[in-house]
Amino acid sequence: MKLSLKIWRQEGVDTKGAMINYELDDVSEHMSFLEMMDLLNETLVQKGERVIEFDHDCREGICGQCGMMINGRAHGPLANTTTCQLHMRTFKDGDTIYIEPFRATAFPIVRDLKVDRSGFDHIIQAGGFITAGAGQPPEANSILISHETAEAAFDAAACIGCGACVATCKNSSAALFTSAKITQLALLPQGKLEAADRVVNMVEQMDAEGFGHCSNTEACEVECPQAISVLHIARMNYEYNKALILKP
Amino acid sequence: MILDAKIPAGELADKWDNYKKHAKLVNPANRKKVDVIVVGTGLAGASCAASLAEQGYNVKSFCFQDSTRRAHSVAAQGGVNAAKNYKNDGDNVYRMFYDTIKGGDFRSREANVYRLAECSAQLIDQAVAQGVPFAREYGGYLNNRSFGGVQVSRTFYARGQTGQQLLLGAYQALMRQVSLGKVKTYTRHEMLELVVVDGKAKGIIARDLLTGEIERHAATVVVLATGGYGKVYYLSTLAMGCNSSAICRAHKKGAFMSGVSWIQFHPTCLPQSGEHQSKLTLMSESLRNDGRIWVPKKAGDDRPPQSIPEEERDYYLERKYPAFGNLSPRDISSRAAKERIDAGCGVGPMKNAVCLDFSKAIKEQGKDKIKEKYSNLFTMYEKINGINAYEQPMLISPAAHFTMGGLWVDYQLMTTIPGLFALGEANFADHGANRLGANSLLQACVDGYFIAPYTIPNYLADEMKVEKVTTDHPAFAEAEAAVRAQLSQFLNSKGTLSADHFHKTLGKLLYNKCGLSRSKESLTKAIEEIKQLRASFNKDLKITGDDKVNSELEKAGRIADYLELGELMCYDALTREESCGAHFRDEYQTPDGEAVRNDQDFCFVSAWEWKGEGVAQELHKEPLVFENVELTVRSYK
Repeated sequence: MKLSLKIWRQEGVDTKGAMINYELDDVSEHMSFLEMMDLLNETLVQKGERVIEFDHDCREGICGQCGMMINGRAHGPLANTTTCQLHMRTFKDGDTIYIEPFRATAFPIVRDLKVDRSGFDHIIQAGGFITAGAGQPPEANSILISHETAEAAFDAAACIGCGACVATCKNSSAALFTSAKITQLALLPQGKLEAADRVVNMVEQMDAEGFGHCSNTEACEVECPQAISVLHIARMNYEYNKALILKP
Repeated sequence: MILDAKIPAGELADKWDNYKKHAKLVNPANRKKVDVIVVGTGLAGASCAASLAEQGYNVKSFCFQDSTRRAHSVAAQGGVNAAKNYKNDGDNVYRMFYDTIKGGDFRSREANVYRLAECSAQLIDQAVAQGVPFAREYGGYLNNRSFGGVQVSRTFYARGQTGQQLLLGAYQALMRQVSLGKVKTYTRHEMLELVVVDGKAKGIIARDLLTGEIERHAATVVVLATGGYGKVYYLSTLAMGCNSSAICRAHKKGAFMSGVSWIQFHPTCLPQSGEHQSKLTLMSESLRNDGRIWVPKKAGDDRPPQSIPEEERDYYLERKYPAFGNLSPRDISSRAAKERIDAGCGVGPMKNAVCLDFSKAIKEQGKDKIKEKYSNLFTMYEKINGINAYEQPMLISPAAHFTMGGLWVDYQLMTTIPGLFALGEANFADHGANRLGANSLLQACVDGYFIAPYTIPNYLADEMKVEKVTTDHPAFAEAEAAVRAQLSQFLNSKGTLSADHFHKTLGKLLYNKCGLSRSKESLTKAIEEIKQLRASFNKDLKITGDDKVNSELEKAGRIADYLELGELMCYDALTREESCGAHFRDEYQTPDGEAVRNDQDFCFVSAWEWKGEGVAQELHKEPLVFENVELTVRSYK
């Protein structure tokens, strides 16, 4: 198929960007979206131009590194799909596709479609872990966890940290990302003693990074490749309020 | 040079205990004076960095991704093995050791493999303590399932995303140490050179992939936990960024490279669908617990698989290997698939696939049960192919996956360069010529959480007396100059062909001539062709863009290394005149196509020494001594 692509180009964080037009022929419907981008880049190399920078790695929908706004939607038009798992059969011959980076103040643009999502790491550093030392843990079956709890914790733990939730939120809120980790850890018996500090520190860090507040539009859940539920945000708010009330 | 594996004395079951009893310690007050570099943040790298930081060392952690959480361990699906015997089905450390030794076709070290099995139980404890949500029974106890190559249920899993959950556990442990100030992370950094001073590893040269700056980092110990190099084939199950550069650069600085031609082809991947493809997606091997593998009995059968009646299907694994059937080890299953595809029985548009059929399991257990076990894999399959695998068989095909080869390490995981350690898939140890399913996550974690935290301090204890090297040392200047020279050569290349062109060409060449099967003829040809391809790469490469954020420039360096590694793989395969595990030489097979191993002449680990540009590498041999198992013909019939 033949496509008309309008792609955001930006040299770096301090420079201005713009949408640039590209025409691309011979796109196979079996290609993934990123393979289509590879093809475009191959044509740019042949023309002697700088390629379009975009983040990607596993191309299996699990590493969370890829991600761009495609026709105004994070990871493109399909529900619960990463950009690498979006295939060109979703588009048709002659389509015009707008491709932009994930936009948020807390995600500065590195170049073209690459953004800096280290804010997510900082949120985890603020308490998104269980303080378990390495080497001499207790016997695993000494901590009983019901099937339902393990599954519920997994539902939250499945977040891949891609940032689609932030990019699609009108407030650029990281509430879905942060709440997923908080829920996973709050459900489990491990690390219970630090649960109150965890939620307060993580929420405060989320604000410090420049992410916006959650105003419950639930757009994040719609665009999340892992279908992480907004109920985790409610859980985060519950844990947060509980922590503040019970604070000694 | 005589390779000393430094295997501790004593009975097999006592060796690791003996080592730990005598391992030297570093005074806690002195640990904060020691800098450690860990390259790679997958299971091995993150767990090692977190563990050493917890002990009090200053750790610098490097990865090329934008976050340490994205290392390719995240993509491992099926599970992680541990000899917990929770199912009371006869599992124990010795059985796991034996399965792994046999699975590796008797080409791994007994002591290493025993230690792997021994530490496995502790890993599950560690991961659970970190909050990894493994599958649970309704009573709250951990659940298990079986995996290829074994007959007991010893695999722990978190749906089909076990690697992701284990990695997030290790990542969180690492982030905790970052918050405590004991680890500094260098994301979007690529190690481009190892710095060796007086024969010891003392630092690295890294490139900041955002600014293009070339940085010098000094340390007392360098740990490479950079994963495997299966991406040398271009089409593989690996992430696009997986590469061999760190180990290749270390190799050229004196670290021996071992078993490089032992590359596992995973039997349950999605088949190639066309020339445009950039990777082959892995479907978890756990699918083989319920999926039956078959091809049409008749060659060239063009009917859609679901319309082929039962009596016209050839369940070739169940037929050829009745004891293990669909759970036969990966090398056996991959080769059996290739044999049927080559015989013209392949299915799918390119006739390059076999069926993985769930109809019987769905009939017996119900769709909901199958959904609960594998729904994410079925969803992924549908996303990629647009096919509903609940209604028709999945099409699967073997693809390059895990590298058993890597840097040679002794029992302490130290390479032939003192102070340079290699962990996880970056080293050659533990798996022999074939890795059993669910043992890769295990090895990576065990290396990082439980082994390196003993063996690295043992090295450091003596090194404390040696004066610290700083980045002002001439060895850093020299290494930096070499890196700059190579980058500038790439940027100034005025050819016409993209980096990807060379990668794809090399990959195709290796698939055909040093892939699922090899022969003297194909390997000799491959070596010649790679030489020509390298000459073309040096002349015809075209890199656009600048010296800052530039993915083309990153690729060029990785492909330069792959070209050298690919050649070494062929030499390694050529000199090993036998078939073992993932290494199948056409000349060495039984009349019915089974591998013929030659223990008389090849019961050794090959270790290659770099001798300089354009000079043949020297082959060293570490003889493998088996005191506890008898070398038998590996049969799964």
